[in-house]
Amino acid sequence: MAPLLELKDVSARYGQVAALHGVSLTVEEGEIVALLGANGAGKTTTLRAVSGTVRRAGDVVFAGKRLGRSGPEVTARAGIAHVPEGRGIFAELTVWDNLRMGAYMRRGRPDFRMVLDYFPWLEARRNQQAGTLSGGEQQMLALARAFLQRPRLLMLDEPSLGLAPLVTREVFRVVGDLNQKEGLAVLVVEQNAAIALNTAGRAYVLETGNVAISGTSDALKSDDAVRSAYLGY
Amino acid sequence: MQQFFQALFSGLADGSIYASLALALVLIYKATEVINFAQGEMAMFTTYIAYALLTHPHFGHTFSYWPAFFLTLVIAFVFGVGLQRVVIKPLERASVLTVVMATIALLVILNGLAAWIWSPELKFFPSPFPTSTWVIGGVHISKQDTGTFGVTIACVVVLWLFFRFTKLGLAMRAGAVNPVAARLLGVRTSWLLALGWGFAAVLGAVSGMMSAPTNFLSPSMMQAVLIFAFAGAILGGLESPVGAVAGGLGLGVLLSMLGTYVHPVTPELRLPVALLILLVVLLIRPAGLFGRVVVRRV
Repeated sequence: MAPLLELKDVSARYGQVAALHGVSLTVEEGEIVALLGANGAGKTTTLRAVSGTVRRAGDVVFAGKRLGRSGPEVTARAGIAHVPEGRGIFAELTVWDNLRMGAYMRRGRPDFRMVLDYFPWLEARRNQQAGTLSGGEQQMLALARAFLQRPRLLMLDEPSLGLAPLVTREVFRVVGDLNQKEGLAVLVVEQNAAIALNTAGRAYVLETGNVAISGTSDALKSDDAVRSAYLGY
Repeated sequence: MQQFFQALFSGLADGSIYASLALALVLIYKATEVINFAQGEMAMFTTYIAYALLTHPHFGHTFSYWPAFFLTLVIAFVFGVGLQRVVIKPLERASVLTVVMATIALLVILNGLAAWIWSPELKFFPSPFPTSTWVIGGVHISKQDTGTFGVTIACVVVLWLFFRFTKLGLAMRAGAVNPVAARLLGVRTSWLLALGWGFAAVLGAVSGMMSAPTNFLSPSMMQAVLIFAFAGAILGGLESPVGAVAGGLGLGVLLSMLGTYVHPVTPELRLPVALLILLVVLLIRPAGLFGRVVVRRV
């Protein structure tokens, strides 16, 4: 079976600076794939190249269809939810309006109950301004909002950024839950390689805009180079 | 006391005209951080269109006031959307300054075009409201003022309901806060900006048609109104739609009170006083009375 998402030799640049030099990777239906690497390795740019928030060259094939070079709204409509760096919360809107925006593309009344199963605390905070939530809560809100898009693929950019370890674990627990119970495929960019490899089935390690290593999480965990560079033991 | 209420009501009527144009400015500013200097001339131009509908036979008949009024709003909407698509959209990646320059060019073009099509001389523009007054407790309340206030505020309220209660309105607010995040949720922000221009043009048309009966129709009729609207918007806070409306109304009342009670403030001094207020607000409270300095948690 063809993969859900396939990048073929994708490159991207910011002005004169090339950030990706021909990255190829796949995400299968229903799996979690982690994208690891140091700062500036091109992890965020890879997600942005898929969603179309940065101009790219090379092919991106999603669910059997080549994604054109049109903007992020088209990618979103194709079924990819991208929670960007910094979470992309509408800080001045209420929690509930943020959730309503998640269901923007869907016709009819959105089903908030299924989201509240995973994020029950949102109900009590519905009228709070989203910008006043804590970092962890904002990350959860971004997840809930992305889930309301009913995507086939969820792309998360550094969900652990600025969060306490316990909160990070909670975020990844929910991601794992969504993956197992809803069959949602996930492509997650993460600095914290240890927690990412525990959640993901496979991973790619990027170095200076190229895929350096790839394999199953178990294989990577026992790889000496990965261990010393990213896991620190 | 009678004098006070009369000044209050006439100030509210003038203020509502400033308020609707101020709201038009804020709508575009909030979404794109661009001050649309052509807002007043767009309003003037659509008021001429209303005039043409009212006075020249189209398809064998002239329109009566309210059909012409509503048809003008529709035309203004299409006009606003069209301007955004043709003039502003191609400048999507240009700097804010470039776009502002484009709106100034638009101002000059619309002004010249109106003078060329309809001649620059003053024209009489009809009012749908009688010139008589109600007398309540010795206070003369002008039906003209009441009608002007009612119509403009009704338009503002309809727009508020749209932003507050519809999905599209929510998407426009979200797009103004964080355009990239909105696009990632499937919002076609570029079209919503055009929609914003359409609404702004409609608000302008309302203020133009409401101000023309007292100020007469001419290519420069909205230039002073735009400055009052601008002062009102700054007073309320350029980021705040509520502030723009309150600022416009407040400025109208303030100018009317000054004209009534402070004798040196003749009509000639209205503009300088408005500009003085604008200057003082910018110096003391740049975010305006309703605006707040944006604080974000990282």
